Amino acid sequence: MALRVAEEGLSSCSGCEVAILNLGERLLALAPQLDFVHMPLLMDHKYFGQLGDGDLKRLEIPQAELGLVSGGVRNQEHLEVLQAMRANCGTLVALGTCATHGGIPALINGLANAELMERYYRGCETNDPAPDPTETVPPFLERVYALDEKVKVDIYLPGCPPHPDHIAEAVLAFLEGREPALPHKSVCDACPTVRQGKGQLKSVRRFLQNAQYDPAKPIADMRCLLEQGLLCMGPVTRAGCSGADGEAPRCLKARVPCRGCYGPVRQNGNQMLDMLNALASNGIDIKTLPDRAGGLLRFSGAHGRLRPRPAAK
Amino acid sequence: MAKTINIQPVTRIEGHARISIQLDDQGRVADSKLHIMAMRGFEKFIEGRPAEEVPRIVSRICGICPWMHHTAANKAVDQCFGAQVPPAGRKLRELMQVMAHISDKILHFFFLAAPDFVMGAGADYKIRNVLGLAQAAPELAAQVVKMRQAGQMMLERFAGKVIHPVAMVPGGFAKPMSQKERDELLAGAGEQLEFAKFCMKYAKENVFAKLDQDALSLGRITTGFLGLVDPADGSLNLFDGALRLMKPDGSYLDFNCRQYADFLGERVETWSYGKFPYARVWGEGFSMDLEAPKGIYRSNTLARLNVCDRINTPLAQAELEEFRRRFGRPAQSTTLYHWARLIELVYACERVLEILEDETITDPLVRNPVEPRAGRGVGCVEAPRGSLIHDYVTGDDGCIASANMIVGTTHNLAPMNMSVRRAALDAIKGGQVSEEALNQVEMAVRCYDP
Ligand code: SF4
Ligand code: SF4
Ligand code: SF4
Repeated sequence: MALRVAEEGLSSCSGCEVAILNLGERLLALAPQLDFVHMPLLMDHKYFGQLGDGDLKRLEIPQAELGLVSGGVRNQEHLEVLQAMRANCGTLVALGTCATHGGIPALINGLANAELMERYYRGCETNDPAPDPTETVPPFLERVYALDEKVKVDIYLPGCPPHPDHIAEAVLAFLEGREPALPHKSVCDACPTVRQGKGQLKSVRRFLQNAQYDPAKPIADMRCLLEQGLLCMGPVTRAGCSGADGEAPRCLKARVPCRGCYGPVRQNGNQMLDMLNALASNGIDIKTLPDRAGGLLRFSGAHGRLRPRPAAK
Repeated sequence: MAKTINIQPVTRIEGHARISIQLDDQGRVADSKLHIMAMRGFEKFIEGRPAEEVPRIVSRICGICPWMHHTAANKAVDQCFGAQVPPAGRKLRELMQVMAHISDKILHFFFLAAPDFVMGAGADYKIRNVLGLAQAAPELAAQVVKMRQAGQMMLERFAGKVIHPVAMVPGGFAKPMSQKERDELLAGAGEQLEFAKFCMKYAKENVFAKLDQDALSLGRITTGFLGLVDPADGSLNLFDGALRLMKPDGSYLDFNCRQYADFLGERVETWSYGKFPYARVWGEGFSMDLEAPKGIYRSNTLARLNVCDRINTPLAQAELEEFRRRFGRPAQSTTLYHWARLIELVYACERVLEILEDETITDPLVRNPVEPRAGRGVGCVEAPRGSLIHDYVTGDDGCIASANMIVGTTHNLAPMNMSVRRAALDAIKGGQVSEEALNQVEMAVRCYDP
């Protein structure tokens, strides 16, 4: 019997689904063992019956052994879909950093919904200003939630998006009835750059010019970007983006610093506190960097980490 | 009895949408709507972020076309900071952006749209998808999967990260291209062009040849069109140029992207989180009435092929000439979006080869340092789904003070609503609702690849 799989994207960008497709030929090879019963990007199973005449209070997700959910929870519909996925899937995987930690869309958690609506529907130059849409569209929740703030999550697969190698590993492990072997260290642990110690470094700077390196030489010959004085989130970010071959973290391959897209090293870690601690213990001051919270919690603003600033008195 | 049909979610599209169709007491279509169900608010939450970081943030607007947002954002920040991009940096940017079009078109045509044509609009939904296609035509599927994957890996090997890229930076590009990388890409690009030719031939024989009058009138509407053209000769240009806004009668206005707000406006309706762009400059207001639309124009593949005067690569130009002979200019049939998509696939492959054949692309100077400052920038590219506009204002600290964006798909929100209405009126008669009829309504939406 093929493994029944259901897949959904909530407040997401479809990048996690494209990461599944980027399994390429491996996905074709796995296909006979998988029976996708629900996956809106690729197939036509509907929530309210194939004739669209079902009861809107009873959102249908077919029974599946494995459920994958990308995206965070931003509105009432996301919540209902997530609850239906939880109820109908034996094992639930939070796919991608939006699902595990809020991801980029959780940057909105630093603002109140009313500010967003005001700007979006009445404040843009091209807008003919109008009231907020409220009819037949799902109401917003007060902020963006990671999945485990709303339901129990069985497997966390962070990454924006997760590396296809680890999506394959999660599915294969499930088929074989074992625990998936996923990376648990930090991006730095998977980074081949040369580390010589921080030296005289007292501050970190914005990425306004390229790092120093010899493009003819491999990444293993490049000096660590943090040691070059660029903010690099490698020390406080979960490894994984280098994939199974482990050549180098993806951004480092492009010779740019990590921005933390795999979320914290430990599921309940705090990238901002960890980074501030790591820098402070090396005597590096980052007060001069603009946008600290938005920069260091860029991918992990759910779980109440990013909050609206208290209104100015 | 009057009732509402809910197609939810709309499937085999990139975004999140629902279609509602109201039937009256006689079972006739009285009303229909395509609702966009979510809004994330990138315009708002990038405020206060250092502008040079924004190209790595806004890529998350869409995981299918992240390179488009990455490119448009970098172009906007360049202007805010007054940066001059070195020639090789500019070439690498165009190369990446056009390569990303290739994977996108293969994805849409074969993974999302083709099941309707190959398996049939009325096939069981359990097999009317890419996995069903893989069983029905395993060799074709294997080839498609292999070539799409090859395209993704070409981008990834050179640029590090293919989904949510990071390699473009304000002032240029983060790494130069080595001769070895160039040779590898040239070889890969040659194979992609061969595959594009195969796709065109396959589609003409197996899909387009079968488009009868009914298929060509699926979701038919009459509108204007918007797309970038090269200011020098009016040719198709995905990466840069002037915006051309064409009226349904074929007359047009060209304008600099920075003036977009004088030409385009956006409406808000109470029943969708998505805004509805329209041609403000036409001065006729906004209406989605099928008989008397006002201010409605379309974007994406068909629009680009309608607005351009020519295509400067030989195979795509030959395809365009044939297309125009058969369907005129502007061609209005919604189904022709698919055909136009494959002509663009051919163009993209030819263009990638052209860029790579320029040996100065390996010049090591790919980025000039940038200085944060106050300014304004409007970055525009053609995304697969339409003209993409990122408009940023920065403060003295080089952080975003305000931003406005019009994303490719949103240009088509009003046209898609109209095509849904048209398709529903044609497919649902006397209250007879079948799965096939509802899928036809969705097929009208899929043409636009939202
Ligand atoms: S984790 Fe990244 S790729 Fe996945 S849905 Fe979120 S933004 Fe998209
Ligand atoms: S700080 Fe960045 S460059 Fe340095 S080792 Fe860690 S990931 Fe690599
Ligand atoms: S280097 Fe950092 S930001 Fe880049 S892909 Fe890896 S985890 Fe994500």
